[in-house]
Amino acid sequence: MSDDLPFAITLPVGSSLANKTGNWRVERPVYVERQPPCTTVCPASEDVQRWLFHAEEGDYESAWRGIMEKNPLPAVMGRACFHPCESSCNRAQLDEAVGINAVERFLGDRALEAGWSIPVTAPPSGRKILIIGSGPAGLSAAYFLRLEGHDVTIYESASLPGGMMRYGIPAYRLPRDVVDAEIARLVDMGVVIETDHPVDDAMGAMEDGGFDAVVVAVGAQKGRHFDIPSGDASKVMDAVSMLRDFEAGDEPILGRRVIIYGGGDTAMDAARSATRLGAREAIVVYRRTRDRMPAHDEEVADALAEGVQMRWLTTIRSADSDRVMVERMSLDDNGVAVGTGEYDELEADSLVLALGQDTDLGLLESVDGVDLHDGMILVDEHQRTGRPGVFASGDAASIGVGDRTLTGAIGQGRAAARAVSAYLRGTEPESDPPADPASFDRINAWYYSDADRTMRPRLEAARRRSTFDEVVGGLTADDALFEARRCLSCGNCFECDNCFGVCPDNAVIKLGTGAGYEFNYDYCKGCGICVSECPCGAIDLVPEQR
Amino acid sequence: MSAERVPVRFYQVGSFAVGNRLVSADRRNAQSDPQRANSLTSGHRACAGCGEALGARYALDAATRVTNGQLVAVNATGCLEVFSTPYPETSWQLPWLHSLFANSPSVATGVAAGLRSLGKSEVRVIAQGGDGGTADIGMGALSGMFERNDDVLYICYDNEAYMNTGVQRSSATPGAARTATTDVVGEHPGNVFGTGKFVPAIAMAHEIPYVATASVADLFDLETKVERAMSMRGARYLHILVPCPLGWGSASSDTIRLSRLAEETGLFPVFEAENGELTGSRTIRHRVPVEDYLRLQRRFSHLFTRDGAVKDEATVARIQAIADRNIRRYRLSEDDS
Repeated sequence: MSDDLPFAITLPVGSSLANKTGNWRVERPVYVERQPPCTTVCPASEDVQRWLFHAEEGDYESAWRGIMEKNPLPAVMGRACFHPCESSCNRAQLDEAVGINAVERFLGDRALEAGWSIPVTAPPSGRKILIIGSGPAGLSAAYFLRLEGHDVTIYESASLPGGMMRYGIPAYRLPRDVVDAEIARLVDMGVVIETDHPVDDAMGAMEDGGFDAVVVAVGAQKGRHFDIPSGDASKVMDAVSMLRDFEAGDEPILGRRVIIYGGGDTAMDAARSATRLGAREAIVVYRRTRDRMPAHDEEVADALAEGVQMRWLTTIRSADSDRVMVERMSLDDNGVAVGTGEYDELEADSLVLALGQDTDLGLLESVDGVDLHDGMILVDEHQRTGRPGVFASGDAASIGVGDRTLTGAIGQGRAAARAVSAYLRGTEPESDPPADPASFDRINAWYYSDADRTMRPRLEAARRRSTFDEVVGGLTADDALFEARRCLSCGNCFECDNCFGVCPDNAVIKLGTGAGYEFNYDYCKGCGICVSECPCGAIDLVPEQR
Repeated sequence: MSAERVPVRFYQVGSFAVGNRLVSADRRNAQSDPQRANSLTSGHRACAGCGEALGARYALDAATRVTNGQLVAVNATGCLEVFSTPYPETSWQLPWLHSLFANSPSVATGVAAGLRSLGKSEVRVIAQGGDGGTADIGMGALSGMFERNDDVLYICYDNEAYMNTGVQRSSATPGAARTATTDVVGEHPGNVFGTGKFVPAIAMAHEIPYVATASVADLFDLETKVERAMSMRGARYLHILVPCPLGWGSASSDTIRLSRLAEETGLFPVFEAENGELTGSRTIRHRVPVEDYLRLQRRFSHLFTRDGAVKDEATVARIQAIADRNIRRYRLSEDDS
């Protein structure tokens, strides 16, 4: 009992900090990191949210470096990717998906303007890797192998590198100067590309050059043909050859009325290119319905907007010099297209077949351990063939990771690079670790400002019909910042201070910018307000262990 | 209202969240500051998820900041007093005084007068209490403080019943709500409609310099109002809705959600008034029907079936009519403002 206490006071003032209310708790909050849907569905496994985080602050270089951890061609992908990230974006359930692809393109272009580069910091490994094919899969593998310090050489059969990025995707979707600039950046990193270097024996090429491993990424360059009875004078060509010839400077003679047979993205590319090459009418003939077309919706919509006509539920039976015979189809109960016996004639100066593509697998024929199946090189989930040291990626391979798109090829290239490095070390390659999903039901939408998606300015359909100028424009810096800031940061803390502010017990400790928060379990009563009020669902409430 | 702050262009969470790494520190809520006063510190014995503990810290931290800590608080009897000061412990980080249930406005008047006579008018006085101490037991003293225009900010933390003594009805308890003294029996179960009082309107009738309402769901708005109140002299009144998980029968994690729903339904009008005139209203952002708010609370569970469908449509319609009237009367909708 102290003498200096005031009159009639028997105990000194104590602090409630002595009362550890944490022992009331039956559930405890814990910070979690969940995988946002954009990353889950990205065929190249890009950490979209993580690079958008930097873009939100206007730190475009860090954002670009974030993309480069998974994808060496942001300016290309920002144009040609079908952005499944946006289709899966949780923000779509609030207003509209975040324009991830447009921001990626903005960052890719900004990097090319500023000349940002990625340094090779790994010491030289002394190992030599051969990559056959300089399309997206080959370039991706080359980039990731180069970062590991390996010597990388690409053999390319064409006279310019890029594969389908140059010879398949029309220039109005992917300008060639962008392809050239992104490839030049890889060459500056030390990737050697030998063009006009076809390979007909992969094992021989590997042995002759003294390579330690080979990644086959030759793509699917052969347009699939289909036996249509046709007169001698009829003009039938395949879409891949048409697009390639055009790119190589051989403008194909299509005439005024062109029929394109097929329903994939290549069919759309061919139809839209035909209108630019002077065809007055381009008609896509597809045997099933629009919703069953394999082409991406955006491509179909763009083609229709440019005046391309579509005849769904129709097949071609025969072709002549100035007309084709078509049969109307109907779908049976199982969704299979069957002929109705009703025929029709269409005027046509030429017929373009866009029925899929095959790979020329001669370079791996009868190699021990390499299985060729259904026109593809069989690989496992690490892009490995059955023969040690031989890997395959992109359209030439069966699907190891990702899907059969440009972006999938980037992901397969990275997976192959990882497997090659593991092979050289004599270890098993790692897979991306599985992660819990950050679903929309975990989002507290109240906290996000309302804002519509910034639409990319589009050239007038009338104008783009006659030119190969790029159709989709880029974002301004302001719009890119705005778009990046629409990201909800699903499942991962973005330091909004809500948990720190809403705790009735001051039981959240703020660790400072970039360091996040931690709970003070001495006082946390486990009420769960922080969990409900976390905008992005980065806190779980778990039963207390007793 | 909160528009007095700089309007944001677009910053991911705008001004809705407590902080925001994309804006400078002066445009975040004061609660995002690691150096905040924590006027009501950890270890207090409020129930898990207590809205009153949260509201008191929000309001007093804001007042402490704008007065540079030159602040005295006088507390009425009630939950806030009991859970914060079990002898000899205290959670308060500012000079704090408790006398009786009914007399906190008078005590605060005396504190202000004493400080003035000591020449310490820079030290500001806040009186605070629950809805029982304000609307019922301290009403006379409060009205006296108002009509004399004493230099005190009175803050009422309204959780709509006497929660400390076991959830008895107060004159702030809404119609149909079940409490220990308004049981779910008879023709009109729960609290009767047409009784009770809305103290902010009574305060406005005194034509005191400043009257405002706020909730724990809108921190920017609450802090702005405390700052506004502390920039004035004379009698001021702030009425803060603070959900009570115990008395309302709600999940402890739903405290802020319920505050938000009370605002977004229109059942709790958020506005401010000067000298008896309405000067600003918080407009509803996403209007929702009252059942969204009622369904989360066990005190209204007799209005719903077990699977959450409306059972007593007439009563729910009556509550909806109250919300609709608030929206007209306090201009809570953008169309009406």
